[in-house]
Amino acid sequence: MTVNTAYLIRGATLPQGTRADLLVQDARITAVGTNLDTGSGLTVIDADGLIALPGLVDLHTHLREPGFEQSETVLTGSRAAAAGGFTSVFAMANTLPVSDTAGVVEQVQALGDAAGYATVRPIGAVTVGLAGERLSEIGAMAHSRAQVRVFSDDGKCVHDSLLMRRALEYVRTFDGVVAQHAQDPRLTENAQMNEGALSSELGLKGWPAVAEESIIARDVLLAEHVGSRLHVCHVSTAGSVEVIRWAKSRGITVTAEATPHHLLLTEDLIRSYDARYKVNPPLRRDEDVRALREGLADGTIDIIATDHAPHPKESKEAEWDAASFGMVGLESALSVAQTALIDTGLLTWNDIARVLSQTPADIGRLADHSHCFEVGAPANFTLVDPSTTSTFDLARLAGKSTNSPYLGRTLSGRVEYTFHHGYPTVGAAAVRPADEVATAAAAWKAGN
Amino acid sequence: MARVVLSQADMQRALTRIAHEILESNKGAADLVILGIPTRGVYLAQRIAAIIQRIEPEATATVPGSGSAMVGALDATMYRDDLSRGRTRTPSPTQIPSGGVDGKTVVLVDDVLYSGRTIRAALDALNDIGRPRVVRLAVLIDRGHRELPIRADFVGKNLPTSTDERINVRLAELDGVEEVSIENRAAEHPEADTARGPGTSTSAPSTSEATS
Amino acid sequence: MRHLLTTKHLSRDAAIQILDVAEDMADVANREVKKLPALRGKTVVNLFFEDSTRTRISFEAAAKRLSADVINFSAKGSSVSKGESLKDTAQTLAAMGADAVVIRHQSSGAPQVLAESGWIDAPIVNAGDGTHEHPTQALLDAFTMRRRLYNGQSRGRDLDGVGVVIVGDILHSRVARSNLWLLETLGAHVTFVAPATLVPLGAETWPVAISYDLDATLAAEKPDVVMMLRIQSERMNAAFFPNAREYSREWGLDDVRFAALPTDTIVMHPGPMNRGLEISAAAADSAQSTVLEQVTNGVSIRMAALYLLLSGDREALL
Ligand SMILES: [Zn+2]
Repeated sequence: MTVNTAYLIRGATLPQGTRADLLVQDARITAVGTNLDTGSGLTVIDADGLIALPGLVDLHTHLREPGFEQSETVLTGSRAAAAGGFTSVFAMANTLPVSDTAGVVEQVQALGDAAGYATVRPIGAVTVGLAGERLSEIGAMAHSRAQVRVFSDDGKCVHDSLLMRRALEYVRTFDGVVAQHAQDPRLTENAQMNEGALSSELGLKGWPAVAEESIIARDVLLAEHVGSRLHVCHVSTAGSVEVIRWAKSRGITVTAEATPHHLLLTEDLIRSYDARYKVNPPLRRDEDVRALREGLADGTIDIIATDHAPHPKESKEAEWDAASFGMVGLESALSVAQTALIDTGLLTWNDIARVLSQTPADIGRLADHSHCFEVGAPANFTLVDPSTTSTFDLARLAGKSTNSPYLGRTLSGRVEYTFHHGYPTVGAAAVRPADEVATAAAAWKAGN
Repeated sequence: MARVVLSQADMQRALTRIAHEILESNKGAADLVILGIPTRGVYLAQRIAAIIQRIEPEATATVPGSGSAMVGALDATMYRDDLSRGRTRTPSPTQIPSGGVDGKTVVLVDDVLYSGRTIRAALDALNDIGRPRVVRLAVLIDRGHRELPIRADFVGKNLPTSTDERINVRLAELDGVEEVSIENRAAEHPEADTARGPGTSTSAPSTSEATS
Repeated sequence: MRHLLTTKHLSRDAAIQILDVAEDMADVANREVKKLPALRGKTVVNLFFEDSTRTRISFEAAAKRLSADVINFSAKGSSVSKGESLKDTAQTLAAMGADAVVIRHQSSGAPQVLAESGWIDAPIVNAGDGTHEHPTQALLDAFTMRRRLYNGQSRGRDLDGVGVVIVGDILHSRVARSNLWLLETLGAHVTFVAPATLVPLGAETWPVAISYDLDATLAAEKPDVVMMLRIQSERMNAAFFPNAREYSREWGLDDVRFAALPTDTIVMHPGPMNRGLEISAAAADSAQSTVLEQVTNGVSIRMAALYLLLSGDREALL
């Protein structure tokens, strides 16, 4: 597989369930049909039994660069994205320096372009240094080459009501959205896990559901009041789903995401005190998992976003209190979604295309994204083998960190191919080498 | 298959003889302290003490409700040389008669004398409790194979055995029956005996072993 | 027994075995020679990430009475206080040949992490972790109750039907948690009495009665045992209750409440006490108080735990 090759994807199953051949040339889909001609110079991929999904879009990724390169870099993080079938990721702002200026967001974007594994769209910080005190240079970031449209202090909550109101109002100027990490700081001081009988038994300080729900309730009312778009990050409780359902019924322009881990895992895993299960917001109860799944099925929850949060080994090989919050999730997201939502009959593959590609692209105002396999659409897509069931192991991870809660777990499905701008970033279930992908990306850029 | 070597009547006779020999060598029951080594040695010690009391009722002061003032139990578990091998051993209570052991004639009682290691441990345990004038050893069975320079002063029955054989002492209080039997266990447990060490084969056989 | 991490996962038989072995250990304490050779040649490390002189010396005395060598490793205040330190420390201890590790840690679950990490292959004894558990304290409390209630006839017995009222800062108390699980296993029935701010969320799902009213509880339950917990001074500044005076008035075992108790009610406190706050001097120093017995019994219980963990073939436990 080399640069500027044309590809014929033969016999893929499209999200709606129809079978089609796809012709990929010059970074675009140039033909869709059955029994497409195999001209010379074509690389043919037998996609019999594989599902073609539009390139997945992650609205919530921590790429860690600049500042925390021991955990992840833009290159390794976008490589992990490709391995998971993603062609676009939105990189959270809690880097060092914080992505609160045009300079930092342009740097992140440029690193992503150079690596070529996925389209990297930086998220700008809402407040300077994520300190929750003064608005950052939102306009400068919006007008920079990075064209930032999503603003978030993720990792921290914009808890000052007045500041949140101003942020919601201000981003409207640029058709932006504030993605809120909903966590009342006072109610969650030193919080370690979901608050309930189990946290009390294990002696770990509780993170009460109300600390999330109360912030979401306030924010949707603020969004309604000022008429702005609000996005709620990593919704984790049944109560939050209820609040968002109510807000949507009132016509408030709110969107919400759920992470794969909150759709599959529960707090019971913490009995092991294994810090791989330490995440913020924390794993919740079974009834919360069920409410999130139902919320996704009925559209209350709009999207799945990974909250991919890499950490070095030593941050997790520690006693619970001292360990870092977060899990890697890009490589496993689709398999978790299939296991939690498709295998349970709650969602179809077409729904998966919606919640993992179309809607996150819409929320993030991702340019040149098409979720339809139609002639002229950018050739960003992934081919998934849904029929395999396997133990998720280290070989499936393609980023720098291995803090996955799924290692050793049986999950459904596997990404076989990922195409970004018409070139493969994953081929035959293996991530393509960095130099090959970078060369292909440069060639694409030159021709664009 | 097990072969009975001492019947209930044989055992009673042996204990009676041992009681007489103890009295004879001690020239009466004065300053006599009889300490059984758990588990079965404790019951044997109580029986020997009871026989002595019958023979010389005036010589042994009795403590109301708790039998004789001269009988007790000496647990040597914590003094064993094989604690870090095999399964964890739970100690048994040590009960020393209120008069203590200092200056007394202490007779240690065990069911089977084999390697001698249990008795070595018991002597060490006794040493931490006091300083007897003299220490004697009484056993129901001496099966040979000593690994330490230890010998019994009073023996119910000498029973030459092979190390493949196993001696089962069953007492009414614990096992419902009263007999001593011998069985060859080499075929079933070729390595079990060496792993446990000869001294441990005097410990209480589990129900499964006893019936197998 | 491979580790002693919690009472939650201790079976009734295992608990009674520890209590019974502790009876034998207690007998040794009454002899002139208070030492046993059982753990000769073994090294017990007291790994304390949190200060607790009382608990440390209790474990130290226990290990020494069993003839083990003791190494005290105080990790508090040293440069190793976060992150990888637990792993590094564990591997260091393993390299030094520690045969058992007694760990006190401010972080809940740290002993379990140590036991399951593979960093060190030695029995781990939890000497108190965060607000999680303090199993040897609960065992010594049960041992103390058993001895008082059954007058020297306690071997083999559980605490079936015994009523225990635990009063105070349940929320932050690993002693209360460990006691609850163990007492439940042994058949006692337990009542927690505390201001609502100091009752753990979800405790209503635990096998315990919960009350906010000490007087009503003492009158209604007529408990066999009243256990007072220490109120840490930092709680007073964190709005869990208005002030010490109000706490003492509502939830303290003061002279009036103590005088109203039947004379056979056992009064316990894990120490150290705040005299005049959660317990009056008269109650603490009374014949009904077991405060000093608890200290004495602590050594016996820890001897029993160390003996049971360190004797026998470790492979045989797998
Ligand atoms: Zn977040």
